[in-house]
Amino acid sequence: MAKKKKKMPGLNTSSTADISFMLLIFFLVTTSMDSDKGLLRQLPPPPENQDQTVQINERNIFTISIASSGKMVICGDYSNPVETSPAELKQLREQVKEFIKGNPHPHSTERPDVEILDVNGKPTVCYTKHVISLQADRGTPYEKYFDVQNEIVAAYNEVREAKSKEMGNYKPFAELDEERQAPIKAIYPQKISEAEPINYAEKFAQ
Amino acid sequence: MAGFKKKESREMPELSTSSLPDLIFTILFFFMMVTTMREVTLKVKFTTPQGTELVKLEHKSDVSFIYVGPPTDNLRGQFGTGTRIQLNDRYADTREIMDFVAQEREGMMDQSKQIISLKADKETQMGVITDIKEILRKSYALKLNYSATQRN
Repeated sequence: MAKKKKKMPGLNTSSTADISFMLLIFFLVTTSMDSDKGLLRQLPPPPENQDQTVQINERNIFTISIASSGKMVICGDYSNPVETSPAELKQLREQVKEFIKGNPHPHSTERPDVEILDVNGKPTVCYTKHVISLQADRGTPYEKYFDVQNEIVAAYNEVREAKSKEMGNYKPFAELDEERQAPIKAIYPQKISEAEPINYAEKFAQ
Repeated sequence: MAGFKKKESREMPELSTSSLPDLIFTILFFFMMVTTMREVTLKVKFTTPQGTELVKLEHKSDVSFIYVGPPTDNLRGQFGTGTRIQLNDRYADTREIMDFVAQEREGMMDQSKQIISLKADKETQMGVITDIKEILRKSYALKLNYSATQRN
């Protein structure tokens, strides 16, 4: 009888599955899948000298102050603070939208200053001088502040979205490439000033 | 010797499991790609506010996290319930943020793209947040992301 050819015995790989399972479980436990989302804001650079206050004309500035009670004071109307409820926030969004588009804010009769910019080869009237100033008391809950920020950004997004449609873009503004976003951003620049907190308690006491 | 071969017994052939490791490895690699390592053990408790206009944080390697909130339940006895700021693995003072930002920036590929993600509890008082913001401005970390969850 012919002798059987000696074969190398195959490596037993039946436990590889178990090993890789173990690795898989380890990774599942130690990692997190949560996609981080948030409101992205650009902070202004620090002031060069200490007393750098820019005087802005009242018609150009839309101030929103949030007191520690969570109530908002819009455009310095201290006699009539409004609650930060969903309905009021929605109204604020509309007011901010109108202001961005160049209409006077609720406590002004004048429109904000204009600038003629060259957009896509056409001179266009842009209300680039407007500023939305957001102030909060030191005791204000972060959530209230965040809600108002969110509302302001929403106002900008809606206005830009409408402009984008008007210019004939089919895609939503956020999905456009930078080249197409640039003229819209030039027309409606995001100008939110996050001023230092001020103690409003005494103003409310009046 | 003529005869019939003994008929082989009709059994189900065994299922080959030789490709199982490959399969599992594929899943493993998938998870390694889409997930991120949990970088720190949280020492503060926070529920981020809810918003509608959120954007996704794209490049995780450019992001540094600052956590703000009251100490977690098991640390409450030791540290009380006051708002704390957590940097890396420990509680820190607002003044230490500047060093933290500089340190984080050093390890980054593109230092101009540094983003600070502020994971703050929604009950936090704005005074703390504003202090942090002022320090961030002074350290020229100007891209700030207010971490939040999506609301419909």
